[in-house]
Amino acid sequence: MYKNILQNIDHIAIWPVISFVIFFVFFIGLLVWVFTADKNFMNEMSQKPLHDGSELNSDTESLMQ
Amino acid sequence: MELEKIHYDNKIVKAFIIATIIFGIVGMTVGLLAAIQLFYPLANFDLQYTTFGRIRPLHTNAVIFAFVGNAMFAGIYYSLQRLLKTRMFNDSLSWIHFWGWQLIILAAAITLPLGLTTSKEYAELEWPIDIAIALIWVVFGINMIGTIIKRREQHMYVAIWFYIATFVTVAVLHIVNSFEMPVTFFKSYSWYAGVQDALVQWWYGHNAVAFFLTTPFLGIMYYFLPKAANRPVYSYRLSIIHFWSLIFIYIWAGPHHLLYTALPEWAQSLGVVFSIMLIAPSWGGMLNGLFTLRGAWDRVREDAVLKFMVVAVTAYGMATLEGPLLSLKNVNAITHYTDWIVAHVHVGGLGWNGFLIFGMIYWLIPRMWNTKLYSSKLANLHFWIGTLGIVFYALPMYIGGVVQSLMWKEFAADGFLKYQNFLETTTQILPMYMLRAVGGTLYLTGVLIMTYNLIKTAASGKFVANEEAEVAPLPKAIHDGGHWHSVLERKPILFTSLALVAILIGGIIEMVPTFLIKSNIPTIASVKPYTPLELHGRDIYIREGV
Repeated sequence: MYKNILQNIDHIAIWPVISFVIFFVFFIGLLVWVFTADKNFMNEMSQKPLHDGSELNSDTESLMQ
Repeated sequence: MELEKIHYDNKIVKAFIIATIIFGIVGMTVGLLAAIQLFYPLANFDLQYTTFGRIRPLHTNAVIFAFVGNAMFAGIYYSLQRLLKTRMFNDSLSWIHFWGWQLIILAAAITLPLGLTTSKEYAELEWPIDIAIALIWVVFGINMIGTIIKRREQHMYVAIWFYIATFVTVAVLHIVNSFEMPVTFFKSYSWYAGVQDALVQWWYGHNAVAFFLTTPFLGIMYYFLPKAANRPVYSYRLSIIHFWSLIFIYIWAGPHHLLYTALPEWAQSLGVVFSIMLIAPSWGGMLNGLFTLRGAWDRVREDAVLKFMVVAVTAYGMATLEGPLLSLKNVNAITHYTDWIVAHVHVGGLGWNGFLIFGMIYWLIPRMWNTKLYSSKLANLHFWIGTLGIVFYALPMYIGGVVQSLMWKEFAADGFLKYQNFLETTTQILPMYMLRAVGGTLYLTGVLIMTYNLIKTAASGKFVANEEAEVAPLPKAIHDGGHWHSVLERKPILFTSLALVAILIGGIIEMVPTFLIKSNIPTIASVKPYTPLELHGRDIYIREGV
């Protein structure tokens, strides 16, 4: 029965509009945030893999000979 | 601030690495056998269990879920602990995950040669194994989310977002795609049929590539590449854009596997448009990886780890440009169903996944055994022989693909197809198949060299099962506020939910109309449900993988 209801929705044409709006808002929001974000926080985060408290991992040179 | 002493669990990482190498060798050997069968049919061994139709899915399952899967877990278990400054949530769960996954692989290795298969691409395993996969995946998820919750880091680093997206999306894909009706313990029929079956299959298939072969390895790239280069990530801003746009867009691209089929036009077009858009986040990620090496390029010349990683990231860039181009309808008309596609996936598999895994393992083993790599020369030899292997694999397949495509579409003067027998194209490209097997042999030889090198390395050191680290405890009062994404990075559950929403949107918008609106489902009046005899025939085709 629910199938019949959905088959006859008058406004099914709104699907593409909805998808476009979701898409547009999502990316604009993302870009706005990313370019207004705090620089120090960004720098701190980009360093994360380099400090893990273990001596085995904190050597600066590769262990390759 | 007082530092706490904790121990990272290296033993579980070691287990996953060993499984990676063993199943890598097995999976690639089976692939090589299948490649040889295409020009030397006697390699079928005259046994039903080793015919091409049965060992091809064995090869794909072994390299994707056993080789790449185990490597993914090794990379995640290693980096997650260190990025969150805590041991894994629960050691027992880690080991249930490990052994459960290996048992699933064993079940696949037995059932696929026996012809027990659903015949759904990358989801061939029968329903009892499907259930086991779902359970073990949940164990992995609980262990990961539990680790994130007990972390000593306020913020989750970008690699962890990719791990989270991997977990939730693969769970959704696997469950939705695997709806099936069991008839016996080893036989089931899919819930889906016709165009809906096709749409679900390629929504799954494409996103298995996206969320099993890509996102976890982007996480691994974001952790291990800065580690190996000893440089911070080039741009954390870019990584945020990379993550959200990649997971949001990827999920829509599945229908590009169904161009020129009964799938409604609008769904085909959506698939194409989103595939083209995918170039942006994919290349954003690739450039972020390559630029992380700024100031370290001199070391790329010396260090095999970095060499492997650079070629891996470059192969990622090539495959993610090629993929969107292949999804254009005019390009697709030339390449679809040909060996071009086989070349395309192997640039991704051998180049991106394989080389990133080798780079990661060469970096990990000396550290986990607290020693130096046994031989840099052999590692460099592996790098060159592997690179050559990729070239020898891909180029002949590209040429063979174009030859096939042109021959299939060649018309004679009387208006009929010039080459009416499929075998004519096959015999025409036999030399290409032989060269491809040479490429595969080179690549596999490289892996064997690596295995020898790593065994010697491990023998020269002492395995550090529990690696000691001194870390600061997480301050009790976490300050509120800050920008919304930094708030998100402190709230793993909310983050996971939002990632889930991002990946559900595309699937829902494509599937709901196709499932519910009659005009979207092409039907032919003369097509009736299968008779018992037809169904039996279909079962035979499925069993033999043809």
